[in-house]
Amino acid sequence: MLLCSILLLTGCGNSNLKWYVVSPATEQGRINLKFLLSGTKDTLLMSLLALGISIFVGLLIAIPGIARQKPLRATNVVYVELVRSIPLLPLILWVYYGLPEIAGVQLDYFWAGVFALALSDSAFEAEIFRAGIQSIPKGQSEAGRTVGLNYFQTMWYVVLPQAIRRILPALGNQFAYMVKMSALVSVIGLQELTRRANELIVTEYRALEIYTILIIEYLVIILIIGQGVRWLERKMGSDELNAGR
Amino acid sequence: MTTQQQPAVLMEDVHKWFGNFHVLKAINLDVAVGERVVICGPSGSGKSTVVRCINYLERHQQGRIVVDGVELTSNRKTAARIRSEVGMVFQQFNLFPHLSVLQNLTLGPIHSRGLSQAEAEERAMEYLDRVHIPEQADKRPAQLSGGQQQRVAIARSLCMEPKIMLFDEPTSALDPEMIAEVLDVMIELADEGMTMVVVTHEMGFARRAADKMVFMDEGQIVETGTPDQFFDAPETERCRQFLQQILHH
Repeated sequence: MLLCSILLLTGCGNSNLKWYVVSPATEQGRINLKFLLSGTKDTLLMSLLALGISIFVGLLIAIPGIARQKPLRATNVVYVELVRSIPLLPLILWVYYGLPEIAGVQLDYFWAGVFALALSDSAFEAEIFRAGIQSIPKGQSEAGRTVGLNYFQTMWYVVLPQAIRRILPALGNQFAYMVKMSALVSVIGLQELTRRANELIVTEYRALEIYTILIIEYLVIILIIGQGVRWLERKMGSDELNAGR
Repeated sequence: MTTQQQPAVLMEDVHKWFGNFHVLKAINLDVAVGERVVICGPSGSGKSTVVRCINYLERHQQGRIVVDGVELTSNRKTAARIRSEVGMVFQQFNLFPHLSVLQNLTLGPIHSRGLSQAEAEERAMEYLDRVHIPEQADKRPAQLSGGQQQRVAIARSLCMEPKIMLFDEPTSALDPEMIAEVLDVMIELADEGMTMVVVTHEMGFARRAADKMVFMDEGQIVETGTPDQFFDAPETERCRQFLQQILHH
């Protein structure tokens, strides 16, 4: 699919565009393409790790958000409001350049990126989880309690499985968003997709062609994620669908 | 059975408020082991709240509730213990839609009673048999009719082998033709000697199965008595009116 798009653009491009710099038909083009694609691993791995962590942290933050006790709810509100107000780019810079001075911890490019992305996203995940949990009728947790389950068992076996089904589209959104935002980590030097593109432009001076390829790379990744989430939705939702609800 | 046996449920001067609204006013009620109590009354009279207080889904703010010899306090362990001894059937069934019928029945016994999967499934099939729908074990709740769902909900409670069963308007959300199948199961349960507290307007069931009738209005118990006294010679005017309304329309 990626190759098709490139060939299409190469074929119909006007004469000012120098598609040969990324053309699979030439030796240099193949080397350049390979160089661009070599950022895929870090982009994907970083986004996946950050997503996993932010889902976990988001859930931990969401639970006190639905508690009866005010101090617990306040913890949730403070975390969410604070974390989601921090713009991602300054956060990445702060984690990479600031943490060593404050905490004496120097994360490498990759882990600084994972940390900043996960932290930033966790506030959004927390709100998504809270909305999902609150959308499950109270009778469900009451029924869980009446068959002897404690709070956490009720959450785990009764409420969350239903909530996750409902929030799956929103989680898919966050994943796509995460992949796109990971481009910002290029500023501290991680050699993910965007950094690779910038580096190649320095030697080839063909910004338009190379950024076009870069956008197509993100497009393909996110299309695949989208299909994956839709597949998961069908698989998990099939129970209800079978029942004609 | 000794004459001195402690009651299954004892409520003494129980009060409850929802905000400023005084829902329960000085409720005194005792339910003996094996006794079937039917609570009726107009909507908003507090009858559901009484039942929900017994298994601590609602907290009372004043007075004493003792269930199976244990007083309900804010102690979390007490509440969990009481809940596993007290079964509850809701108006809206509240089956777990993401689990099969069988899994609905085994969830409590496995995670709260510590039964193995095999033991829990064996027990679940036994109770599905009792409510006459063993063939539905592998279906999802949404694939069943309302009456079947409510029978599954009854079986789910019975799988915990509770000492007391609470029913909160179990047939109010059902189509008329499905009410009988649920009441039949409840009558069978009563005939087996289960201690039951039932909130219902099904007066046929009450006459057939109840040992004691309780009439509530505006958060108070207005009248109690045997079904015969209650239906044939109600003492209070309020109760007479209520019975007339539900029996003659």
